Amino acid sequence: MNIFYSFMAVGIICMIASLIYDTTKLTPGHITSLFVVVGAFLAIFDFYDILIENIGAGMSLPITSFGNSLVNAAYEGYHANGFYGLFNGMYNTTSAGISGAIICGFFVTLFFKPKD
Amino acid sequence: MEKEEYVQLVESKSKNPRILEDAFISFLTGGVLGASFEVLTMWFIKMFDLSAKIATGWAILVFILLAALLTGFGIFDSLVSKFKFGLIIPITGFAHSISSALLDYKRDGLITGLGSNMFKLAGCVILYGTASAFIFTIVKVMIYG
Repeated sequence: MNIFYSFMAVGIICMIASLIYDTTKLTPGHITSLFVVVGAFLAIFDFYDILIENIGAGMSLPITSFGNSLVNAAYEGYHANGFYGLFNGMYNTTSAGISGAIICGFFVTLFFKPKD
Repeated sequence: MEKEEYVQLVESKSKNPRILEDAFISFLTGGVLGASFEVLTMWFIKMFDLSAKIATGWAILVFILLAALLTGFGIFDSLVSKFKFGLIIPITGFAHSISSALLDYKRDGLITGLGSNMFKLAGCVILYGTASAFIFTIVKVMIYG
């Protein structure tokens, strides 16, 4: 059942992005930035975590979960180490994604040639 | 042709007439990615006895690796033009933006090319994610303590 929920949820998020792109003059860069900010906003009231719990891991796939993880990690950091922890902990959960993207991209670049 | 007519003509041509089709394709692609992500996570949990959080992290890494490889083979760009936002909004879009920036600037050298251009596209996600997360975390601390 979670598979079906994930299908619907991620599909709807991508569909909203597509509708925004086709009806406004925003670029994909604008839209992804907007989605990250929306995800961070939804983390204030733990709304995004409730979505992940009820829908499934699929909700961790869209870029909105990046903003959500930043806020949650910073909030946990604040409780562990005070105001310093907010800075120290902000990337705790998302660092896997960031370093993974950099490392994969770097080695792919070393081994592949650009198309043209 | 009058100027107003011209403006109207340009607007009618530049507006995408395939709004619904694009939306439907994005919905299907995003949905298939989301469902396969869910399957992969469940498989990680069962197979390697991982906690849900770590299994999710591994699944994200697998998707990032796939997106980087497809970008290296030069396939990802044609996939994006076909499947649009179904591939941009998931984490694959983030990985693609880094690896395509790296590939594009490869000929400018390791430092001035790769190093300084890597975050050209992904930078906006990291910048606005971090800036908004800072503000919203302070808001959250003020609400919940």
